[in-house]
Amino acid sequence: MIDSATSAGRRVPLLEVDDLHTWFELRQWGFRRVGTVHAVDGVSLALAHGEAVAFVGESGCGKSSLARTLLGLHRPTQGEVRFDGQALAGLGKADMKAYRAKVGYVQQDPFGALPPFLDVRRILAEPLIVHGVTDRTERERRIRAVLEEVRLGPVDEVLGKFPHMLSGGQQQRVVIARALVLEPVMIIADEPVSMLDASVRVEILDLLRRIQSERELTLVFITHDLSTVRHYAERIFVMYAGRVVESAPVDELLDHPQHPYTLALLSALSDPDADNALRLREVPGGEPPSLIHPPSGCRFHPRCPQAMAGLCDRDEPIEFTPRPGHVSACWLYQ
Amino acid sequence: MIIERLRAGWVELRRYPSALMGLGIIAGLLMLALYTVIAIPYPQALEAWRGGEAWRMHPVNAEPLWLDRLKGGDAPSTLIIEHDAEEVEETMFTGGRRLRIPLAFDFGYADFPGEMNLFLRAEDHAEAPFARLSWLTPDGRDISLGGHRLQPRHRVSISQDRELTRRLGGLAPHIGLFADPASDAVPEVLPGRYRLVLDVVVFDEQADIDATLVVYGRVHGIAGTDHQRRELSLALMWGTPVALAFGLIAAVGTTLTTLVIAAMGVWYRGWVDALIQRLTEVNMILPLLPILVMVGTLYSTSIWLMLGVVVVLGIFSAGIKTYRAMLLPIREAPYIEAARAYGASDMRIVLRYMIPRILPVLIPTFVTLIPTFVFLEASLAVLGLGDPVLPTWGKVLNDAQTQSALYNGYTYWVVAPALLLMLTGLGFAMLGFAMDRVFNPRLRNL
Ligand SMILES: Nc1ncnc2c1ncn2[C@@H]1O[C@H](COP(=O)(O)OP(=O)(O)OP(=O)(O)O)[C@@H](O)[C@H]1O
Ligand code: SF4
Ligand SMILES: [Mg+2]
Repeated sequence: MIDSATSAGRRVPLLEVDDLHTWFELRQWGFRRVGTVHAVDGVSLALAHGEAVAFVGESGCGKSSLARTLLGLHRPTQGEVRFDGQALAGLGKADMKAYRAKVGYVQQDPFGALPPFLDVRRILAEPLIVHGVTDRTERERRIRAVLEEVRLGPVDEVLGKFPHMLSGGQQQRVVIARALVLEPVMIIADEPVSMLDASVRVEILDLLRRIQSERELTLVFITHDLSTVRHYAERIFVMYAGRVVESAPVDELLDHPQHPYTLALLSALSDPDADNALRLREVPGGEPPSLIHPPSGCRFHPRCPQAMAGLCDRDEPIEFTPRPGHVSACWLYQ
Repeated sequence: MIIERLRAGWVELRRYPSALMGLGIIAGLLMLALYTVIAIPYPQALEAWRGGEAWRMHPVNAEPLWLDRLKGGDAPSTLIIEHDAEEVEETMFTGGRRLRIPLAFDFGYADFPGEMNLFLRAEDHAEAPFARLSWLTPDGRDISLGGHRLQPRHRVSISQDRELTRRLGGLAPHIGLFADPASDAVPEVLPGRYRLVLDVVVFDEQADIDATLVVYGRVHGIAGTDHQRRELSLALMWGTPVALAFGLIAAVGTTLTTLVIAAMGVWYRGWVDALIQRLTEVNMILPLLPILVMVGTLYSTSIWLMLGVVVVLGIFSAGIKTYRAMLLPIREAPYIEAARAYGASDMRIVLRYMIPRILPVLIPTFVTLIPTFVFLEASLAVLGLGDPVLPTWGKVLNDAQTQSALYNGYTYWVVAPALLLMLTGLGFAMLGFAMDRVFNPRLRNL
């Protein structure tokens, strides 16, 4: 409880992202440049300690690229990521390694995320070994504790199993356990349930949410599924073509969407066809934007029903605050 | 982890009879190798293979005993008749002694001996003693073998004695002396007790004479002998650990280095990968055997140097391309990305996460690679570029070739090392092919 005062005192954001760009050079035969994919193209945001946020957006809008850049797996082309006030780009080898221990990563495909030739014990021991936990009994204790935490049991049995012997849900629990075993302060989960059976999705999401609140973790949660996001995140960022176009607390955003793109997403959500209702992919009409040659002005303008000729197709919208705490990058709110 | 995979593989492998047979052959070779290095220590083997005096009591180019018996022959084995001090008659005279040394033996083989030598030692004599030799046949004939003034170490090459040959009617002494006078055109052995009697005049009060008669056989041991009287079994036995070690080290050396380098290229991409690719392409057009021949001719034919060259040239072998193709998709596997995200080093990712993934697939290739290096070593030896001191299968073949073994009818000289080489190839190939089916499931249905 003494803590709350200090943590209230250090309302410094845990993670700050400043004008972040992650571009990929497309090369032919390994050297000829044939184009640049603007996967992340000017994202700025700040996440507080213990906050759970969701990123939503169509397939290919750069969500995974953003996640990987935050994890330090991609080097930003421009802009910077600051963790606890420290720019990632300025970290030395040892500090970068320490950062990797502080940020856990949960991937989309649990089977692919686990080395098929290692058993669960070894998979969970690997991060500990990498981070210098040399004492075997200490490792075993931590591995068992984390397996208990993700409710994967009976522990003795599971420890000796290989990934292919586990169900998808169990595999994802191992992935989550691996992300947690180094006691991180932040977890980045990239569509953690999209490849799982519908029956176990809610379990896994509940698990993540519970661990997040128990450990007071910062959770970055990437999803396609707007229907469940209300329960698992406090804030939502809507991404379109490498940029964040709208962000607000969950209820605010879902109940009072402002950006035409978000509106289109949500109207698709209320589609009577249940299959379409939960997915964003088919949403809204028109071509998805090219990331190699992004549309001029507002990137959504070719598909926007309210596009204003002479403005939207020429000038990039800046961020407006149509409602308190609600940020929207659209000329409608200027 | 991999152990688990291997254990499962082993269980499945046991269902293939060819795998078990291959394993049996390999186990046999390994046991032979192990026995050899324990029973005949390395320096002793090298010393012996150098040849020379140590082999003087062995026959030249003798067939294996069992082979002759198998063909229904009755060729003699070597008889070594040592002189017996008890039987020596000694008479004194002023200034010396007169010794009569009988060397008696029974000869009952149907076939004639191959050669006959008398080894005499007359050390520490003030003046060289004089010996007169006579040959007593079972039927009582007494044939003079001439007189000799003895050197301290003296050899009487009875079968080379031309004069004697002439007296025996053109028959070589080791035939004529044993021939039955009753036999006509084709000489036949007269069985019975033969005696070589030495009448020696010694000009010394004490100094002794030592006499050993060697009636060389035409068969010897399990593998026979070569033109230098050396037992082939020595080279055949020592060839086993040498061949296995060469094959194994070369296979391990080339596979591991190639694998690690391929993985590095795949992991670091960019110029590292490009450089490795180009080096591989250059290396692929470099012919291995001519380079080895060149190194062997110009430099040294030491087996270690050859091994080194084989491994070095093997590093950037065509295998890199295959491994690269196998590793490329693994590089993009999410679990590799996960490992980067928790801070695993590049080395750890390459060595612990990428390579183990393809290791099971490589084991069969690795097993079949071993005999190719064994053959390579043998080929070099046959080309005359074998290790100068080591007894190996290839060296035996090389000797057999230079001595025109097949032309002279010494088939065993060629067959034994060839058989061992084939057996090695067969053992590893049978195991390797079976393993390929187990570890490379894509092949399983072929
Ligand atoms: N390493 C890379 N090299 C080149 N292009 C890439 C790379 N990674 C991603 N891209 C491209 O960047 C764009 C954004 O990809 P990203 O995976 O970030 O999208 P996403 O929002 O996660 O999509 P999804 O919902 O399908 O996962 C895509 O066009 C993709 O092809
Ligand atoms: S800026 Fe214009 S084009 Fe873009 S979303 Fe708003 S109204 Fe539509
Ligand atoms: Mg993605």
